[in-house]
Amino acid sequence: MNLIQAGFAWIFDPAHWSDSSSSVGIGDALVQHLILTGISLALTAIIALPIGFYIGHTGRGRNAAIFLSNAARALPSVGLLTVLILAIPFIKGIPGNYLADVIVFVILGLPSMLTGAYAGLESVDRQTIDAARAIGMTEWQVLLKVEIPLGAQLIVGGVRSTTLQIVATVTIASFLTQVTLGTFIIAGLAQNDYPKMLGGAILVAALALILDGILAIVQRFASPRGVSRSTTKSKKNTARGATNASTQPITEGN
Amino acid sequence: MNWVFQNFSTIWGYVLDHIGLSVPAIVVGFVLSVPLGYWTSKSPIARSILLTVFSILYTLPALVLFVLVPVALGLSILDPNNVVVALTVYAMAIMIRTANDAFAAVSPTVRESARAIGYSPVQRFFRVELPLAGPVLLAGIRVVSVSTVSLATIGGFIGIPSLGSLFLTGFQIQYFPEIWSGIVAVLIIAAVFDLILSTVGRILLPWNRRTTRRRAARAVAVEVTA
Repeated sequence: MNLIQAGFAWIFDPAHWSDSSSSVGIGDALVQHLILTGISLALTAIIALPIGFYIGHTGRGRNAAIFLSNAARALPSVGLLTVLILAIPFIKGIPGNYLADVIVFVILGLPSMLTGAYAGLESVDRQTIDAARAIGMTEWQVLLKVEIPLGAQLIVGGVRSTTLQIVATVTIASFLTQVTLGTFIIAGLAQNDYPKMLGGAILVAALALILDGILAIVQRFASPRGVSRSTTKSKKNTARGATNASTQPITEGN
Repeated sequence: MNWVFQNFSTIWGYVLDHIGLSVPAIVVGFVLSVPLGYWTSKSPIARSILLTVFSILYTLPALVLFVLVPVALGLSILDPNNVVVALTVYAMAIMIRTANDAFAAVSPTVRESARAIGYSPVQRFFRVELPLAGPVLLAGIRVVSVSTVSLATIGGFIGIPSLGSLFLTGFQIQYFPEIWSGIVAVLIIAAVFDLILSTVGRILLPWNRRTTRRRAARAVAVEVTA
């Protein structure tokens, strides 16, 4: 446990926060980690959510989506990461490794978010949707005013597991190309500098827990008022039973 | 393909290392999770504590857990047991929740009937609740098996030999066949494990052959995409 203290001491040593000739500072690595995570998350959302909503709303392409999420579980993400980071610069017109890495993170983050989006929509009671159509809502209104609000918990759940996946993958990417918080873990490991290694591990753990905590709160308040937690939950369970939707990170309250 | 044949013994060595990391984690994780999941299905306090602790542990990226475990347990940083322990933790995070749901789903009427005809709590567990929870437990361990085999590759990045070692060296020398052979080997191991588990499940749970798929779907729904 002394080593854990040493890890914290390493983090709180101001000298480690700015870049030095021998090593990058915590500040820069943290910013880089957050930028990579943020850009990848935003791009994943732009791609995954509309497709997921389309699948959930129309019911088309469900099997493809289920296959995708199962395949993503079996494929070793680090293997895919190494292959893609090596391969993407060979494709004409894609510069540098920064973009290549972001593309990889997006590919790895897609399945969870896509599954969350369509499972969220499918978890909505069909009768509610029929009722919405019966009172004259257009398909867009059904989607925006009924399906997305009622499915919000599962949709945010998908965003949540994608976030964790991307934070973890960005950490591992420091073995290959990027300077992120994972860099300290690797450098510490290679130099037998355990306080550095643990300092890096603690920082990554804190980042993952904070981001997950924020999204857990968002998830809790995602359902519209008037939809009681117990109702959504029971609906969610029956719907998931029927759909084989594997979305949620295990988290309290879900 | 030539590369694979020339280096078959190296790859095979990593395959054995990989199996050596993942099988103990899957087995120990399952064996520990079933009683714990049974406990949490009975006790709300145990449920909130255990499920919360494991969901927090599950949030930690593998790379972090792999280096925190040796410090917590006082093992050497290059001890393969670190990876086994970390993988067991991930397996339990998935499996305790599944076992909890599986036991909670056993109808109270059935449980009461067993008691009414004179079953002791132990008999009730082994003859009534466990068989009824079996299909969901099976679905859970299949998920655990696939994700454990996939996660074990990350061990290769911190110097614990596994198929992930092929990814790292393949990347360093920019040699695709080496990485691909690692990925394909991981997929083959995952498929073989899944086949073994589903066969064992079919033998052990002959009464549920028809409903297994439906229940499996439900159990998997509770699971996680890591």
